[in-house]
Amino acid sequence: MSSARDTVLGRIRDALALAPTPAVVVPRDYRTGRALPDDERLALFTDRLLDYKARVHLCTADRTAEVIGEALREHGARRIGVPAGLDAHWLTGYDGEVREDHPDVSPAQLDTLDAVVTGSAAGCAETGTIFLDGSPGQGRRALSLVPDLHVCVVDLSTVAAGVPEAVARLAPERPTTLISGPSATSDIELERVEGVHGPRTLVAVIRTDA
Amino acid sequence: MSTFLGMPAPPPRSPYGTGNLRGDRAFPRAAHDELGNEQLRRNLGRATGTIRAKRLSVTGELSDWEALRDAGSAIKTDTMNRLPELLEQLERKVTERGGTVHWARDATEANAIVARLVRATGSDEVIKVKSMATQEIGLNEHLESVGITPYETDLAELIVQLADDKPSHILVPAIHRNRDEIRQIFRDHIPGVDPDLDNAPAHLAAAARGYLREKFLTTKVAVSGANFAVAETGTLAVVESEGNGRMCLTLPDTLITVMGIEKVLPRYQDLEVFLQLLPRSSTGERMNPYTSLWTGVTPGDGPQDFHLVLLDNGRTAALADALGRAALNCIRCSACLNVCPVYERTGGHAYGSTYPGPIGAVLTPQLAGMHAAKDDPNSSLPYASSLCGACFDACPVKIDIPSLLVELRHQHTEQTGVTPEKLAMKAAAAVMRRPALYAAAQKASALGRVVAGRDGTISRLPPPLSGWSDSRDTAAPPRETFRSWFSSDEGRATLRAAAAERNSDHNEEDAT
Ligand code: SF4
Repeated sequence: MSSARDTVLGRIRDALALAPTPAVVVPRDYRTGRALPDDERLALFTDRLLDYKARVHLCTADRTAEVIGEALREHGARRIGVPAGLDAHWLTGYDGEVREDHPDVSPAQLDTLDAVVTGSAAGCAETGTIFLDGSPGQGRRALSLVPDLHVCVVDLSTVAAGVPEAVARLAPERPTTLISGPSATSDIELERVEGVHGPRTLVAVIRTDA
Repeated sequence: MSTFLGMPAPPPRSPYGTGNLRGDRAFPRAAHDELGNEQLRRNLGRATGTIRAKRLSVTGELSDWEALRDAGSAIKTDTMNRLPELLEQLERKVTERGGTVHWARDATEANAIVARLVRATGSDEVIKVKSMATQEIGLNEHLESVGITPYETDLAELIVQLADDKPSHILVPAIHRNRDEIRQIFRDHIPGVDPDLDNAPAHLAAAARGYLREKFLTTKVAVSGANFAVAETGTLAVVESEGNGRMCLTLPDTLITVMGIEKVLPRYQDLEVFLQLLPRSSTGERMNPYTSLWTGVTPGDGPQDFHLVLLDNGRTAALADALGRAALNCIRCSACLNVCPVYERTGGHAYGSTYPGPIGAVLTPQLAGMHAAKDDPNSSLPYASSLCGACFDACPVKIDIPSLLVELRHQHTEQTGVTPEKLAMKAAAAVMRRPALYAAAQKASALGRVVAGRDGTISRLPPPLSGWSDSRDTAAPPRETFRSWFSSDEGRATLRAAAAERNSDHNEEDAT
């Protein structure tokens, strides 16, 4: 008896032989390669993030630590997690407990954290989306998921205008998470509720000169 | 490859009697009962109306929406044309990246593979991300039967599971429940839930969060579906909102993903199209809150054991149908459900399948067949439509659902051996008692709402008109003619009235 693999592939070939269809050329007339001036990209990105109920702080790179510290204090975060590769300078405005992440840290231990601070890989202005790709300053996927507050630093220079431009910045082999606002559900009578299983609060710290 | 020796054999449908691809009653009867449910109709009307409005506003926002639809449609068609090579490429890439690929001919085989993989981990419970494929094959029921407890983690799926109910919508499975019902379900079924829990959606969501958190943190195996899989890179994608998907995809040691073979995409770049089409068409959002993309296994990040189960279960049978195969292009956005006047009144349960609404009425018979001898409820599905065309207009990948329904009606009449004349007379008798439907049918006939054959003539019309069209070929008028009448005020009004008549009398609709 042939394997399921051979059977299924054989069925597909049979199906295609029974119902041959002409080859198609994919038209790609949709918008790609868009660029927007900084101020327009910032305005669009901010507008979309706010629409998704994210909190947005704008700052210059030299004020990163100050703004992160304020955001953490404002939400009462006493114990935070950070990826091992996070710029240590970013936490100089915060006086709570900082735990550096490591693959051996269990999900239950992540659950004892009040917040997480990470960088980001890219953004998309038109949809208000932030992309994390697991690079050193962003950490593994579980870290930015379990704590209830996610403070995420986004450099305006990495924010693309639209989805195609943003996707072009991704490295396919990296585990990638697209985040558009905090966790949300509309499952109960379609009334949107922020926060089910993922972080209930997303703070985007957008650095306008980086 | 023993099956292909120059004489291709038609691939089999999903086996009868397994999984959730047919109900136990024909659509008109099931719909008739659902129509009596005031609450259901009110919930549905409000819900689908809300999503429709949101969808229109965010699709209208994109000046290149039509170009994206064209690209999406062509990518899917290209995918189907090259399915063998793309699946082999996907398998190679996933394997290179440390994953294991399994193939399943049908639901029984897929269920057995998943159960075996779960047992191998030593766990007797799994957490689940909402997945149409696993619902289709009845995975939860199978796991329970072998002593493995599956926990649905999507809020709506959790509601459905706790109530021992079935999903009624692709995207919002508990759309048929209101907040009071959900509060009661939680009070009755969540251990230790606050007895004073009120019906505010935020509080209900918080109760689900509390209940599931411990499961996320301790369960070692997860089962998911996939929205897309990229052949070029081996990347899988899951699109969601709540973060339960992210939890399942990253916290456990083992991840098992069950995916229909039609979900593959050729290139990573193709995601740029579908990440625009899907969220805007389904929830009416510019982007869903969370999308996870992963490629095989990443050391130090996420499950270190990844299995991909590629499922046929009738998909190759659909692929072998020159017209019907277009249904495989579906990306499960649910836009067609939300615009369908029939679905809006009957809800999803009337369709008896994991796939309800207009696409379900096409896909379900395509996957599982319409067994004439068995008085199959699926054979009533192609008639569960007013052919108003709204689904075609809404579909982000431009699946011509009305034409596919007509084709399936034709196949059904051929299969059952009912002579077209007899059928036509019976159906016509019903239609004549309903003037608006009769007018719509006449108009459809005059303008050629048909599946025109390759030679450009009309060889068949939908019942009740098939009796006449089968005996004489008519030159097919240009497709646009009917489309434009369709979208005119007159066309819409007539069809709406016809739909209302049909819904007022579903028993007569079952003309066969
Ligand atoms: S048929 Fe089209 S509109 Fe309906 S669910 Fe599938 S992709 Fe969406």
